[in-house]
Amino acid sequence: MAADVTISGQDSADNGAAEASAQPSPLAAFWSAFRENKGAVFGVAVFGVVLLLALTANVVAPYSPVEQFRDAVRAPPVWETGGSWRFILGTDGAGHDMLSRLIYGARVSLFIGFSVMCVSFVAGAALGLFAAMTGPIVDVAVTRFMDLIMAVPSLVLAILVVAVLGPSLANTIVAVTIVYLPRYVRLVRASALGELNKDYVTAAKVAGVGPFRLAWSTVLPNCLAPLIVMAALGVSDAILEAAGLGFLGLGAQPPTPEWGSMLADSREFIRSDPWIVTLPGLAILITVVAINLAGDGLRDALDPKMRRG
Amino acid sequence: MKFNIFAGVAIAALVAGANAGSAKTLVYCSEGSPENFTPAINTTGTSFDAARPVYNRLTEFKRGTTEVVPGLAESWDIADGGKTITFHLRKGVKFHALKDFKPTRAFDADDVLWSIDRQWKPDHPYSKISGGKYDYFNDMDMPSLLDSVTKTDDHTIVMKLKEPNVAILANLAMDFMAIGSKEYADFLLKKGTPEQFDQAPVGTGPFSFVAYQKDSVIRYKANKDFYGEKPLVDDLVFAITPDATARYAKLKAGECHVNAYPRPADLDEMKKDPALEVISAPGLNIAFWAFNVNKPPLDKKAVRQALSMAIDRDAIVKDVYLGAGEKAKTLIPRTMWSYDDAIADYPYDPAKAKAMLAAAGVQTPLEIDLWYQPVQRPYNPNGKRIGEMMQADLAKVGVNAKLVTYEWGEYRKRAQAGEDMTAQLGWTGDNGDPDNFFFLDGCTDGKPAGNNIPKWCNAEFNDLLVKARVIPDQAERAKLYRRMQEIEHEEAPELLLAHSIVSEAMRANVTGYKQSPLGTHAFEGVDIK
Amino acid sequence: MLGYFLRRLALTIPTFLALMFLTFIAIRLVPGDPVEVRVGEHGISPERLAFFRHELGLDQPVWRQFLDYVWKLLHGDFGVSLATQQKVLTEFLTLFPATLELSAFAMLFAIVVGVPAGAIAAVKRGSVFDQALMTISLFGYSMPIFWWGLLLIMFVSVRLGLLPVSGRIDLINYYFDQPTGFMTVDALLSDQPGAFLDALRHLVLPAIVLGTVPLGVVARMTRSSMLEVLGEDYVRTARAKGLSPARVIGVHALRNALLPVVTVIGLSVSGLMAGAVLTETIFSWPGVGKWLIESIGRRDYPALQGGVLLVSAVVIFVNLVVDLIYGAIDPRISHGR
Repeated sequence: MAADVTISGQDSADNGAAEASAQPSPLAAFWSAFRENKGAVFGVAVFGVVLLLALTANVVAPYSPVEQFRDAVRAPPVWETGGSWRFILGTDGAGHDMLSRLIYGARVSLFIGFSVMCVSFVAGAALGLFAAMTGPIVDVAVTRFMDLIMAVPSLVLAILVVAVLGPSLANTIVAVTIVYLPRYVRLVRASALGELNKDYVTAAKVAGVGPFRLAWSTVLPNCLAPLIVMAALGVSDAILEAAGLGFLGLGAQPPTPEWGSMLADSREFIRSDPWIVTLPGLAILITVVAINLAGDGLRDALDPKMRRG
Repeated sequence: MKFNIFAGVAIAALVAGANAGSAKTLVYCSEGSPENFTPAINTTGTSFDAARPVYNRLTEFKRGTTEVVPGLAESWDIADGGKTITFHLRKGVKFHALKDFKPTRAFDADDVLWSIDRQWKPDHPYSKISGGKYDYFNDMDMPSLLDSVTKTDDHTIVMKLKEPNVAILANLAMDFMAIGSKEYADFLLKKGTPEQFDQAPVGTGPFSFVAYQKDSVIRYKANKDFYGEKPLVDDLVFAITPDATARYAKLKAGECHVNAYPRPADLDEMKKDPALEVISAPGLNIAFWAFNVNKPPLDKKAVRQALSMAIDRDAIVKDVYLGAGEKAKTLIPRTMWSYDDAIADYPYDPAKAKAMLAAAGVQTPLEIDLWYQPVQRPYNPNGKRIGEMMQADLAKVGVNAKLVTYEWGEYRKRAQAGEDMTAQLGWTGDNGDPDNFFFLDGCTDGKPAGNNIPKWCNAEFNDLLVKARVIPDQAERAKLYRRMQEIEHEEAPELLLAHSIVSEAMRANVTGYKQSPLGTHAFEGVDIK
Repeated sequence: MLGYFLRRLALTIPTFLALMFLTFIAIRLVPGDPVEVRVGEHGISPERLAFFRHELGLDQPVWRQFLDYVWKLLHGDFGVSLATQQKVLTEFLTLFPATLELSAFAMLFAIVVGVPAGAIAAVKRGSVFDQALMTISLFGYSMPIFWWGLLLIMFVSVRLGLLPVSGRIDLINYYFDQPTGFMTVDALLSDQPGAFLDALRHLVLPAIVLGTVPLGVVARMTRSSMLEVLGEDYVRTARAKGLSPARVIGVHALRNALLPVVTVIGLSVSGLMAGAVLTETIFSWPGVGKWLIESIGRRDYPALQGGVLLVSAVVIFVNLVVDLIYGAIDPRISHGR
C-alpha cells in the first residue's frame, strides 16, 4: 500500500533554504536543517508523545488493557450522552477500557514497527552487501529472489506467510519484514556496487583490506543516509501493514491490544457504538502521519541533494 | 476537492432515479457464495440455501418447523418392524427447463434411484463428478443404514434398512437427499459436460435456476407449475454480501428484502426501525466448553464441576451473544422434545468453585489450555471474546488459562484427536431429532467417537443412546433421553454454554416469511406488499 | 527496442518459475488439510480422509505433486478449485474483471484528481492551497484504508444515503448479460436506461477507498517533479519569451513532469492489488483479492496457488509495460537495468 511512499516526494513543508554555512558539525547541520521543517518537527513531537505513552503505558493507562468491566460493556465515551469520566474513551465489546487499550496498543504497534525496521535494516544491509561483494552468481540469485518477493502484492505475501506460520504477534513481524526486505537489499546493493568500483576501494583491496572491513568502512557510510530515511518511513509502512493483517484477523491474537485487530473485532458495533471502531483507526492514522512527517523531514535534512533552494 | 468529479456523477445518477420494473423481485442478501448447486456434495448452509429453491426431496420439513411432511413422495407405508418403507411418488411433477435443456418427461422413480445411487454406488456414472465427496450421506450413516433401494413401478420406491432407525424419514427430508433429473444428467453426459449438473441445477422446486455470477449474484424465477406452496414473486435474487454491516445497510436502503444473519449488535436498532421487521427463534444448536477427561486434573468429576461454576455464563450471553442466546443446561434446546427442565443448572459461584478445587487437591494456580474457536459459528458468535471472558473468570479462581487456537479445520481435527485440555466447540442440529445431539457424547466399543470432544465414555449413557435409536415410540424415547441429561449434568464432561437465538431481519413489507428452526432459508409463499 | 523488450520478458521467466515453486512449497506448509477443512462439526473418518487425499494426489511426495503441477501448468491447466470444483483459470477470469475495473477507476481517481492538484500546488508553491494539498496527500498515503472504507460507508452510504453500500449494480432494477465482466461496459452494452450510471454509483466509494493511497503519492510526485521542471532553464526561457503561463505549465512543464509519475503509477500496481484485498473485503466486491483470502480460509490449494501466480503475473507484466513506456518516453533509460 504505502509501499510507494519512499520513492516520492521531498521537501514536504517549506523550502530547505539556506545551506548551512561554513563547516559546522554534521549533527548540528542536520539539526538546523531539520528544525526549519515545521511539519517534521510537529511530526516528531506527536511521535514523541505516542512513544512516551507506549513506554509508560503501565503508568499512564488508567486500567489494565485486558481487564473486563462486565458492568460497563460498550460504555460510551465521556462526550456522548451516558458517558462518564470513569472510561474517558468508553469501553469495547468485552468491557475493556478503550483508552487503556489504545495506549497499550501504541506499545504493540510501535514494537511491530521498530522490530520490522531493525530486522529488515540489518538483514537488508547484510544481504545487499553480500550480494554486491560475493560475485555475480550470488548477486543474481539474491536480486532475482528479491524481485520475486516484490512481484507478489505485499499484503497477499504477508497473508501467505502468516497462513504458513500461524497468526501471532511474532509472525506478523516476520511476515511484514519479509515483505519489506527487498527495498533495503536493493538500496544497499546498488550503492555498494557503485562504491566498489571507485578507485579508492580498489586501492584498499589491493592494499589487502578484508572484504568485511571494506564493506563496513566504505560502502555502508555512503548509503547510510538514504537507508536511515527508508528505515524511518519503513516504520509507518510496517505499522499499516500489520494493522491490515490484524484487520483480516491474521495479526496479533487476543487479548493483545493491537489496533488493527481491535478495529476488526469491533466492526459489528460500527452502527450501534461507532467510537469503538473509530478510535483505533484514528490512532493508526495519527501515528502513521506523525512518522511520515518526521521521516520526510529526516530525508530533507539528511540528504542535501534532495533539498533545493 | 477530491470528490468533485464523482460527486457530479453521483448526483446525476441520483436524479435519474430508479426505473421501477413491472415484475416483482425479491432480493435476499445472503452471507456467502455457494460452492455449487448440488446439496449432496456440499456441507455448508450457504450452499444448501442456494440449491433449496430449485430442489425437492421425498419427504420435506414443513416450512418453519421440523415436522416431516410428504414431498415428492405423496405417502409412505412402514412395514417389517420399521425395516421396509414403501414410498408412493407424486405424479405429473415437471422438471424445470434451462436455456439448453428442455425436459421431455415428468419426475419418476428413476430420478429418485439416480439421486440416491450417485451418493451411494461408486460405479454410478456421476459418482466421481465434482469431487465426489458425499459428506452428508456418509455423516448421516446412510451407507450402513441402507440395505437396498428399488423401484417396483414408475411411481413406487421400496427402501429396505439393515436395522430399524426412527430418524430415517427426517434424514430423507434433509438437503443432501434432493432429487435431481436423470434425464438432465444423461443429456449432459452425452454432451460431455457432466459438471454442469452441479453448476446449473434442474429440479422440481418452487423456483427455477436462471444464472449465477460468482461471488456476486444468483438469480431464479418462479416455477408456476410447482406442486406445493406457490412462489408469490416473479424473480428471486440472492445478492451475495459477506459483510454483515453491508447487509444491514443494504436492507435499510431497500436494496434487499430479507437479510441473512443480522449481527446481534444491530438488532436493537433494527427493531426500532418501522421499515424493518425482526423475527427470532431459538436455534437448533449448542455451544459447549469440553473438558478433556483424559487430562488430569480434569479426570476428576469435582474439578469439572468446579470449573463449570467458575464461568459467568450470564455475562457471556449478555455481552457476546448480546442477548441473542440463552444459557444452556442440557445438550438440547428447550424447544426440542425430551428436554428435561427439572435439571438444576450450575450456578456461577467462584467462591464455591475455589473451595471445590482445593478440596479436590488441585494446586493453584492451575495452568490449563483453553482452546477458542477461530471462526464464527451459528452457536458461537465470537469464540475469541468468549475465550477472553472465560480466561478472566478462571483467573479469579486461581486457574491460569492460556488461550490457544488453530485454523478451523486443524482446530477441529486436533480437538477430535483429544490434543486439547479444554476446548470450545458446538453443534448445529441436522434434522430435529434428539439423537442428533446426544450422539455427541457417544462411544463405540467403549472408545469415544470422533465427535466426542471431552473423550468421555459413560456406559449407562451410551447404552441408553443406542437403545433409543430403535424405539419407535416418542414418549418412550423421551424417558431415556431425560435420564441421559441427568447423567451428563452430574458428570459434567463439558460446560454447556448457550443455545443461540437466531434472528432474521426483513423489510416490513415482506409477508409470509417463516423462520426455520433448522436455520435454512426458503422463499416460497413469501410476498412483497 | 524490441530486443530490450524480449530481454526483459525473458528475465521474467525464471522469476515466474521460482515463484511457482515457492508458492507451491509455502502452500503445502500451511497447516490444515483441504479435505478436512470443509467437513464442519461432523468430522470425517480416517478411511474417507485417506481416500480423498489419495483422490487429490495429496498422499504423493511433495516433489511429485510439484512436477504434476508444473506439467499441467505447461498445458495451461491451473487445476480445479477444491471448494467449487470449477477450473481455477475460469474462476480467476470471472473475477478478475471486477478487480481490474475497480483498480482502473481507483487509478483514474488518483490521476484525475492528483495530477492537476499536484501541478497547481507546484505552481502556487507555498500558498495555502499548496500546504492544504500536501497535508491531504500526507493523510492520503498514511491512511489505513480498511478503516477509511468503513467510515465512508458509515457516513456516505448509511447516514446520508447518497451511494450504495456494496455490490456492483442495483439487482432489483437491472439484469443483463455480462459478456465482458466489466459492469460499466456491460451496462452500456445492455441498453438498459440508467444501468451505466448505476454501475458508476456502485464504483464511487470502493474506487475512492482504493485510490486514496495512490492519490496521495501521485499528488506529491507530480508536485515535486513539476517543481524540478519549473526550475529548468528551458521553462524559464519559455516564460521569458512571453509564452502564456498556462501554455508553459500545461505543455512544457507538465509533460516533462509526468515522466516520474508514470513510474509511480507502475509501482502502484502491486500496491493496488494489495489494497484490493482489503477494499474488496469491505465492499463485498466480487474480485480476486477477496477470492484469495477466502481460498486461504478454505485451504483451497489449487485456487490459492493459481491465484497468487496469476496476480503476480499481472504485476510483473504491468511493471514490464511501464518500464517499456518509460523507455519510450526517455531513451536514456532503456540501457539501464
